[in-house]
Amino acid sequence: MDTVISVRNLNKTYDSGFQALKHLDLDIRKGEIFALLGPNGAGKTTLISIICGIVRPSAGTVLAGGFDIQHQYRAARGKIGLVPQELTTDAFETVWATVTFSRGLFGKPRDPAHIERILKDLSLWDKRNDKIMALSGGMKRRVMIAKALSHEPEILFLDEPTAGVDVELRRDMWQLVEQLRDRGVTIILTTHYIQEAEELADRIGVINHGRLVLVDEKNALMQKLGKRELHVQLAAPLTCIPEALSALPLSLSEDGLEITFTFDARDEQSGIAPLLRQLEDNGIEFRDLRTRESSLEDIFVHLVHESRPDETAPGRESA
Amino acid sequence: MNLHAIRAIYLFEMARTWRTLLQSIASPVISTSLYFVVFGSAIGSRMVEIDGISYGAFIIPGLIMLMLLNESISNASFGIYMPRFSGTIYEVLSAPVSYVEIVTGYVGAAASKSIILGLLILATARLFVDFHIAHPVWMVAFLVLTAVTFSLFGFIIGVWADGFEKLQIIPMMIVTPLTFLGGTFYSINMLPPVWQTITLFNPVVYLISGFRWSFYGVADVNVGLSLGMTVLFMVLCVGVIHWIFKTGYRLKN
Repeated sequence: MDTVISVRNLNKTYDSGFQALKHLDLDIRKGEIFALLGPNGAGKTTLISIICGIVRPSAGTVLAGGFDIQHQYRAARGKIGLVPQELTTDAFETVWATVTFSRGLFGKPRDPAHIERILKDLSLWDKRNDKIMALSGGMKRRVMIAKALSHEPEILFLDEPTAGVDVELRRDMWQLVEQLRDRGVTIILTTHYIQEAEELADRIGVINHGRLVLVDEKNALMQKLGKRELHVQLAAPLTCIPEALSALPLSLSEDGLEITFTFDARDEQSGIAPLLRQLEDNGIEFRDLRTRESSLEDIFVHLVHESRPDETAPGRESA
Repeated sequence: MNLHAIRAIYLFEMARTWRTLLQSIASPVISTSLYFVVFGSAIGSRMVEIDGISYGAFIIPGLIMLMLLNESISNASFGIYMPRFSGTIYEVLSAPVSYVEIVTGYVGAAASKSIILGLLILATARLFVDFHIAHPVWMVAFLVLTAVTFSLFGFIIGVWADGFEKLQIIPMMIVTPLTFLGGTFYSINMLPPVWQTITLFNPVVYLISGFRWSFYGVADVNVGLSLGMTVLFMVLCVGVIHWIFKTGYRLKN
């Protein structure tokens, strides 16, 4: 598989002394949708900003489309479109003028037909002569996407594209991302909505405290780290799990009223039936049962919880 | 060279000028006209000629310079400060443009605007005072050189400023006093000897003197020196801008 972005040993320490990225390595494949997850302050935006040329790296190299982002910045940046997290737009310009400006800025000759197509794709065509300040937040977000697409980039960065947008716009956005992927555009998105990553991404990277904690195919990740749990509500509280059941992966809630049995989602034999028989044999009565499948969110929370800042293990890439 | 980018920045900035035509063009022209009415026509008629030039005509080059410096600085500083303030600078920084192209676009637009203004003020002056220009080519050369130099200076201020008040402070506290004391309204020969020497440390003296020479062929200081000082200041500004982009000062972390 072709690599379109290659990040090697990337470090960033801000003037304040804050180390935002620590020895980060990452490869993005051509044509994929890559979701970068991480809590606030994990280094997502710093990583994107360095690749796009807004922030200088302290050490390390980045190749975009095979070009070094520092020494061959013209070639590298020409391939990249960026939709930043903040809604930063001109206020007094028209939609048409600002998108036309972006295309020129990225060194492309004027192409009104292309701009028209983008504005129509983003439902902005009717607003093309409106001043940006007159637009709603959602429309401004679309304008920023239109600007990023104006020079036909091969790589598109979407930093929190759906933060604070309504459900309808979010769905439109997802549709657009799918369309762009079909056209061969590589998309890297950061998001707080894990559902978004679950819905869209081919691969997922989790970043925390400036390190890449994990990178994997979404499906593999869900399978590998996905667990199922059986929660058994007991009729009477237990003080501890009986000796006879200690071999099983069981945990007891603090009030002693619930036993949680963890099992592998991929196994043919879940082990539920033997467990229930054993409970009965040991005279443990139960009132209710429910099973639960872990979502990407659980996996994410677990990973982020695990990767403490003092941990020195480098980010591993298991894809 | 990313000519499309230079063109895009230039046109985008010029569009701002046309959109705010009234305050961009009308207000400097009106305020300069007031100077002509007061100093040129009303008071000027009672003043003695300076170096054989009527007072009304004498102040024209100085007044154009006064406007040119202020407008160049404020246009250029505002032009780069606004995207920094609103955050849209991200796009310029992430674009495949070199700093030479960025500066050419922003400074070119700011300088164009103040050159247009300078010529407009010149035309306005013709309505009040009779004058002729001895060295028109040099006049235009000084006009362009000064507009570019002070637009570069304005660009630096726009990068340095971290608030709207800082944007105003240099033009107000330094440039306006230097222009008023730089011989806009008088020849430095009219000052006591000590002040004549002190005045020579004011860089604006050289600009006004050179510009006045291009009009009337008379100057307070040698015209070559005027040209040299202007170019020196331009080189200084280019040096500072080079440093700004090299270190990312206030633009990049």
